[in-house]
Amino acid sequence: MINGRGSAVAFDHVSKSFGTKQVLHDVSFDVRAGEALCVLGRSGTGKSVTLKLIVSLIKPDQGKIWVEQDEITHLAESELSRVRRKMGFLFQDAALFDSLTLYENLALPLLRLTGKSQEEADLIIDKVLHQVGLAGDKKTMPSELSGGMRKRAGLARALVLEPKILLADEPSSGLDRITSSEIDDLLLMQKQEHNTALIVVTHDVRGAKRLGDRIVVLDKGRLIADGSFGQIEHSDSEVARNLVTE
Amino acid sequence: MSNVFEIAGDVSVFGFRAVTSLFRRPFEGEQIQRQLAEIGSKSLPLVIASGFALGAVLTLHTRSTLVTFGATAWIPTVQALAFFLEIGPLVTGLLVAGRVGSGIGAVLSNMRATEQIDAIESLSIDSFKFLVVPRIVACTLALPLLTLFLDFSGLLGGFLSEYASSRLSFRLYISRSFASFEWSNFYAPTLKTAVFGFIIGTISSFLGYKTNEGAQGVGRAATTSVVASSLLIILVDVFLIKFIFFIFPESAL
Repeated sequence: MINGRGSAVAFDHVSKSFGTKQVLHDVSFDVRAGEALCVLGRSGTGKSVTLKLIVSLIKPDQGKIWVEQDEITHLAESELSRVRRKMGFLFQDAALFDSLTLYENLALPLLRLTGKSQEEADLIIDKVLHQVGLAGDKKTMPSELSGGMRKRAGLARALVLEPKILLADEPSSGLDRITSSEIDDLLLMQKQEHNTALIVVTHDVRGAKRLGDRIVVLDKGRLIADGSFGQIEHSDSEVARNLVTE
Repeated sequence: MSNVFEIAGDVSVFGFRAVTSLFRRPFEGEQIQRQLAEIGSKSLPLVIASGFALGAVLTLHTRSTLVTFGATAWIPTVQALAFFLEIGPLVTGLLVAGRVGSGIGAVLSNMRATEQIDAIESLSIDSFKFLVVPRIVACTLALPLLTLFLDFSGLLGGFLSEYASSRLSFRLYISRSFASFEWSNFYAPTLKTAVFGFIIGTISSFLGYKTNEGAQGVGRAATTSVVASSLLIILVDVFLIKFIFFIFPESAL
C-alpha cells in the first residue's frame, strides 16, 4: 500500500465509475516533489479523470488520494480550497475565462486568493506572461489567441499561484511539433527551477519521453505499467509497448 | 410527470442555495456590477424600443374603439393603467427572458462544456457563488428598473401617437394618465417583476450550470431557459396579481 505522506501526490487503490462504466479500477501510483510523471493510455482509459480526481473536481468511489500530507477524499470544501492552492491545472483547451482579458484571467486567482496588492499582482503577472512569451498580450481576449498562445496562457494561469504540483491535460494536443515542444520546455523549466511535481496526461510519445522521469500506462481503467521510458519500451504489456512506440 | 416534479424540486433547491449563498463572503460585488451592466444596460435599448412601439400601437387601437363612444379623453388613463399594471411588467419579463435568459443558459453551459467551470473550481473559487449568484441578483435588481423604462417609454409612444391624432398637450396627457392612479398601481406591479427576474436568473442559471452535454447542450440550455422562464413568468403573474389584490384591494380596478 502506498503511504502518500512522503509524496507530492499519491493514489492508493483508487476506483471510479460513471454509472455502469468503470473508468478507473484499483489504481495506485505516487509522484514525488520535483518529479515528472507522464500518464499515457488510449482515449477513454481514465487519464483526464485521474487529473480531475487529484484536484477533487470529482470524488473516487473507493481508495485514497493524497496531496502532500492531506488525504483529500473526505476533506470539507474549505480544506479542499487550501489543498487546491498548491496545484496548478493546465486544461486540455486551456479553459480560459472567455469574458475576461488575459490579464484578468491571471489576476482573478491572484487577487482573490492571495493578500497581494494590485501592484504586487501586476509584477507577478508581468513576470509569468514574460516567462510564457505573452508579455505583449495582456489586454487580449482569449478568443483572439491562437491555439499555442491559448495553451501558454492557460499555463501562465496555472503558474501564477506558484504551485508545488502542476497538472497538465494533453498540453500538446492540437499543436504542431514546434509549438508543443515549446510548451514542454516551459513545463520542464517550471519543474527544474521550482522543484514542481509534474503530472502530464499526454498522447505525445516524443513529449512524454522528453518530459517524463516516469511513465504510467493506463488501459481500460487499470494501471498496466509504471517505470522509466526505457522500462516501458521493454514492458511485458504489448499495449504499453505499442503506446510508447512512435 | 414525476420528472417534472424532480426538476422543479432541483430548481427550487438551486434558487434557495443562491439566496443563502448571497449572505456569505465573498459578496461578489464586482461580479454583480458586471452582470447588472450586462443584463440591465444592454437590455435597455430593446426594452425602450419595445415599450415605445407598444405604446404607440396600443393608443392607435384604443382610439379607434373609444372614439365610437366619444371617450377619447380616457385614452391616456387607459394607456397608463394598462402599462403600469400589466403590459409593462409582463412584456419586460418576457423580453428579458428572451434576451437574457437564453444568454445566461448559453454562457454557463458553454463554460461547463469548455471546462471553464472546472477551471474556476480548480483555482479554489466557488463557481456557484462566482457565476450563478451574481446573475440571479442582477436579474432580480434589473427587472423592476427595466420595467419602469418600458412603462414610461410606452407612455411616450402613446403620447406621440395621440398628439399626431388630436394635438393633445403633453401636460394634459400626463395629468389624464395619472388621474385615476393609486400609488399601489405603481409600485406593487413594478416590484413584482423582481420575482420575474429571480425566476429568469434561477431557471437559466440552473439549466446552464447543470448542463454537461457539450456543444449540443449549449443550444438546448439556451432554448429551454427561454421557454421555461417565459412559461413560469406567465403562470406566476396570475398568482402575483391575486396576491397584490389581496394586499392592496384598492389597486383592483
